[in-house]
Order: sequence, then structure tokens, then C-alpha cells
Amino acid sequence: MDTTSKRKKSSPPTIDIGQETRLELYRLQLELRYCEKRAYDLFLQNLIKGTSHLSLGQEAIAAAFGVAMRPDDWTFCTYRGHAHTLARGASMEGVLGELMGRQCGLLGGKGGSMHLTDVKRGVMGSYAIIGAHLPVAAGAAWSAQYRGTEQVAVCFFGDGTTNIGAFHEALNFSAVWKLPVVYVCENNLYMEYTPISAVTAVEHPAADRAAAYGLPSIVVDGNDADAVYKVASEALSKARAGGGPSLIEAMTYRHSGHSRADPAKYRPEGELDKWLLRDPLIIYRERLLKLGFSEPTLKDMEAVAMGRVDAATAIAKASSLPSLDDIEKNVWADGGSAWRN
Amino acid sequence: MAELTYRDAVAAGIAQEMARDENVVFLGEDVAHAGGVFKATVGLLEKFGPRRVRDCPISEQAILGAAMGAAMTGLKPIAEIMFSDFLAVCWDLVANEIAKTRYMTNGQITLPLVIRTANGAGSRFGAQHSQAVENWAMAVPGIKVVAPAFPADVKGLLAAAVRDPNPVLFFEQKSLYSMKGEVPDGEYVDELGKAKVLREGRDCTIVALALMVHRALDAAAILEKEHGISCTVVDVRSLVPLDTQTILGEVARTGRLVTVEENPRLCGWGAEIASIVADECFWDLDGPILRITTPHVPLPSADLLEDNTIPSVARIVREIRDKID
Repeated sequence: MDTTSKRKKSSPPTIDIGQETRLELYRLQLELRYCEKRAYDLFLQNLIKGTSHLSLGQEAIAAAFGVAMRPDDWTFCTYRGHAHTLARGASMEGVLGELMGRQCGLLGGKGGSMHLTDVKRGVMGSYAIIGAHLPVAAGAAWSAQYRGTEQVAVCFFGDGTTNIGAFHEALNFSAVWKLPVVYVCENNLYMEYTPISAVTAVEHPAADRAAAYGLPSIVVDGNDADAVYKVASEALSKARAGGGPSLIEAMTYRHSGHSRADPAKYRPEGELDKWLLRDPLIIYRERLLKLGFSEPTLKDMEAVAMGRVDAATAIAKASSLPSLDDIEKNVWADGGSAWRN
Repeated sequence: MAELTYRDAVAAGIAQEMARDENVVFLGEDVAHAGGVFKATVGLLEKFGPRRVRDCPISEQAILGAAMGAAMTGLKPIAEIMFSDFLAVCWDLVANEIAKTRYMTNGQITLPLVIRTANGAGSRFGAQHSQAVENWAMAVPGIKVVAPAFPADVKGLLAAAVRDPNPVLFFEQKSLYSMKGEVPDGEYVDELGKAKVLREGRDCTIVALALMVHRALDAAAILEKEHGISCTVVDVRSLVPLDTQTILGEVARTGRLVTVEENPRLCGWGAEIASIVADECFWDLDGPILRITTPHVPLPSADLLEDNTIPSVARIVREIRDKID
């Protein structure tokens, strides 16, 4: 991990992470991984249409924030949002059902893979236009600040987002208004098909820009759930205490291509293999074993997680298709779509 | 009734709603300390304080994003985009995010917010500060579109927009800001989606919006007095929702439809009304529909050129005479 002296180092966690929290972090990572892999399988079976952007390899970030956040905090994410939605407790059949265009889907089939939302769980939307949700997260944070609720908005995005205008507008705006928002850049080294380093003037696309907004530069190992949990907890506390926004750059790697259509042939040979050795689930499993958790305990957890994914898949597959009546529903708050009398 | 300017009616409408509801907040560029570049929001900062009336950086995406995020979590923001031309730099927030989120989330997210903006020609500001862009908004499902022509409507429709649970784009015509008119005292709330018949005639129905309403009224007076052509004038007031019943009723009664639009020719809102009228009351028409628009050009700046680009009273009179005589 590259860290300069100016940068805050992603040191091994010093805060005490309790046993239950550790198991929760592992459980979530397992579920995110298995569910995402299932989504891929369902694509191959042609049960999921359209596109999808998988988070395979990036689960530690979603899981760590999911555990560190308060239930009434808000998540804003991009089209690569399955894991972030699940990490807040959204139902797996709701997610898989939405991907499959079924009635049981979180959005009744109206949003699809790129727009997963579950307001009851604080998932305030997945946004498919790069950068758009950063100012929206700022607005939610403003609302929390205005009403004095100590809620925090957490906004996840990729490295490619750091080069669009809305990123800079939102960062400046949030810093000037001292808003309780945590911006999390998941730097997986590629903006879609192009290495982020080939199109960005600085080495760390988010952290190296933090100074422009008066924020500390934070880089964390995004494949280490404990490390992410620690910086997440710090940033959330700071925001709740009125200390304003944070910008965190979590270094990670996606195991698959940008989207379903991308075989990721642009990656240099050996790069994926190197990162597979740093798979967040392998890192975490080894840590748990070292900390004294037993092999059977972990095996049980893995079987339970897979069982949940299997059960959710069955429910989603059995769910009926959306009703055609839904097409003209819910444009307006009255539930309809009338534009004339 | 008090006589207020169109700009003072803006401040009066916002103040009425902010006094009523603590969750109504107001943000934009130069709106608080400066009172707005058109002085339409003078006094709001003093009345409601810096917590509720907020100056923003020149960051239109941040302004509309903030309004959206605040609206989905319990506030009722009024956001100002200084000139409607600037909607182009934050159109993603308007057209992709604010307008579509309720539908895409199957009703999970509701966005009670108002975007106010200074729209239209007449100030010699040239092609990037004078456009009439209400037709851009009308083309996007999920956002209401309102454009008042009179101070009373500014106050009443703005209040209605704030109370509406849906996003509303509120177009103020910038060359009307100094216009005076009677505005009801005390709490005043109008209704979105209701056109107004401002003048009743026998020969022709002129449908107009914002600044063009005033020109249509002046033209109708001349046509009646000098040419014996008696015109109904309908102020559309709201493009979405659209009061088609009032328009269709008036067209059926007079047998003629004329639309007067500031928009450039292609896909102006008048084209949609012409299409509805052709579909639904074709057999009541006594002649072809007439659309009077700006030619399909960017707006020039020089006063002589601008005055001869957007529809003038003289042009409305001439075109209606040519068509009806």
C-alpha cells in the first residue's frame, strides 16, 4: 500500500473490534460474495437481463460500513450497488428479484440492477449517472444537520467518479457547509475499461484531491474489513459530532470486468492473480482463524450464508412477473402518471 | 389587495410558505445576502435567518443535488437556478435524478421540492441568458412545469408548488420582474394545472404563457378594435399538468387555435397543444392551427434583433389577420 508521510496511514486497527462485530463482518462479506456470484450465475442462465456491475473482490468496504453505520444513517451508491444495498440489511430476494425483473424486487422491476433502493433500510438509492449522487448525499446530510438528528449520509463511488465535476462541486459544498457526510472512493484501479492512472493527474484520485477541500487525505486498505471498519467508525463519529465531511479512498480490486459485457482483457497478465491472493474473504478468514475462531464455526457460517442465498434465489425465481398496470403508476406522489385533465 | 411587483410577489410567496412550515428552506447563488441578482428574494435572509436562507457556491449540480437529498429526507427545499439557461449544466439532476427517482424506486422516494429560475427574453442578455426553456422541462416525465404571467399568480402558484408533494420547475419570466399587479393579502394559494381565460372572444382562441400572455392580450385588444377580430386569450400557467379541458373548450367555442410561444420553433409547447387540439377537436376547427414562435435560431442580443426575434404584439396581430382574413 502506498502511503506518503502526508497521507494518513492505513495502520493495523488499533480500536478494539469485538468478537461479535468480527463475526458480523465475516457473515456480511460471505453473503455479499455468494449473492453476487449467484447474480452472475443467473445472468448466464438468462434469468437476469440487461447489465450488472458486480462488486466481487470489493466486499470488505460495503460490509465494514454496513456494520459501522447506525440503522438510521443513509447509503448512497452507484450502479455497482448490490453489495452496499445488501450490507444495510435489504432482503436478498428483494435484490435478486429486482435483478430478475420480478414483482418481489425491491423496486417491483422498475429500477433494475443499477437503481437498487430500500428506503426502510436507509438505502437512498443507487445512481447510474457518474457523480450525480454525491451532491444528493450532501443534501441528505444537510437535512440531518438542519433537523439535528445526528444521522450521517455515506456516499460510495468509484475512482472514475473523481474526474467528473459533480465530485468537486459536492466536496466543496459539503466542506463549506460542514455537512455530516462520508464520501468513500472505492479505488479498484480502473475507470470502466481504462486504468485510472492513465486519465488522472494525481496518484490517488480521491485522497490527493482532499486537500483542495480542506480535508485530510485518507487512504485505507479496502480489502481489509477491519481497517475499513476503523476508518469508517472514525469518519462517522466525526460527522455525528459536527466535524464535517470525510473523504476516504479505499484501495481494492474488482475480480470481474466493469460490467457484464466486459471480460476485462485490458488487465496486465498476473494482476488479477496477485489481487486474488489479497481477496478480502481470504484475508478475513485467516485472521479469524488466527484470532481463535474454529474451522467448524467458519464452515457453519459459510453454509448458512449459502443457504440464505439459495433460499432467496428460490423465492425470486418463484415470484410473479410485474403487472403491466405498473407501467403508468408512481410517476407522481398520488401514485399515478396523469399530465393533463 | 396590495399592489406588488412580480419580483416582490416571489419573495412574498416564499415568505408565506417559510413562515407556515419550518421544513421549507431556500438555497441558491446570491439569494441570501444579495437578495438575488434580480432582487426577487430581498428580505428573506433577514426574516428567516442564515439557517434557512442559504447562499451557495456557483455549483448548480450541488444546489439541485442538495435540494433533492434534503427533499427525500424530510425538508421542502426551494432551490434557485439564477438563469434558466444554467439548467443545462445541472440537467442531469433535473431530468435523470429528480424527475425519475420516484418512478424508478416504485414510489419509495418522494421529492417535494421547487426549482425557481429566471427564464426568457427581453433583457438583451444574448443566447445564454435569455432562453425560454420551459419546453425542455415539459418533455421529461416526472416534473411539473409552471410559468406565471402575473404577480398574483407568482405568489399563489409558488405557494401551490411548495405544497405539492412532487418536484416543480417554476419559470419566472425575467422581463416581468418589474411589472406591478394586485396580489391578494394574507395567505394565498392557487392550484397547479388550471389555465385561466383572461379574455373571451368569438373568432379565435390565443393560448399563451408568461410574457407572451401580455403580448397576446395587447394583440387581442388591437385585433378587436382595429380589425373586428374577437379573440379569447388563455393563459396556460402550467404546462404540466396541462389544463387541456379549458383549452379544448375555448377552441371548440371559437373554432380557431393560435399558440404564442417564446420557444424556438421546433418542439415548442405549442406543438403539443396543437397536436392535442388536432386529435380531439379537429371537427370544431374552422381553419388551420397557427403557431407563432421564435424562429429556430439562438437568441440574438442587440435590442433591435431581440425585439424582432421573439413574437411581438405587431407580429401576433399580423399573423392572426393573415390567417383569419
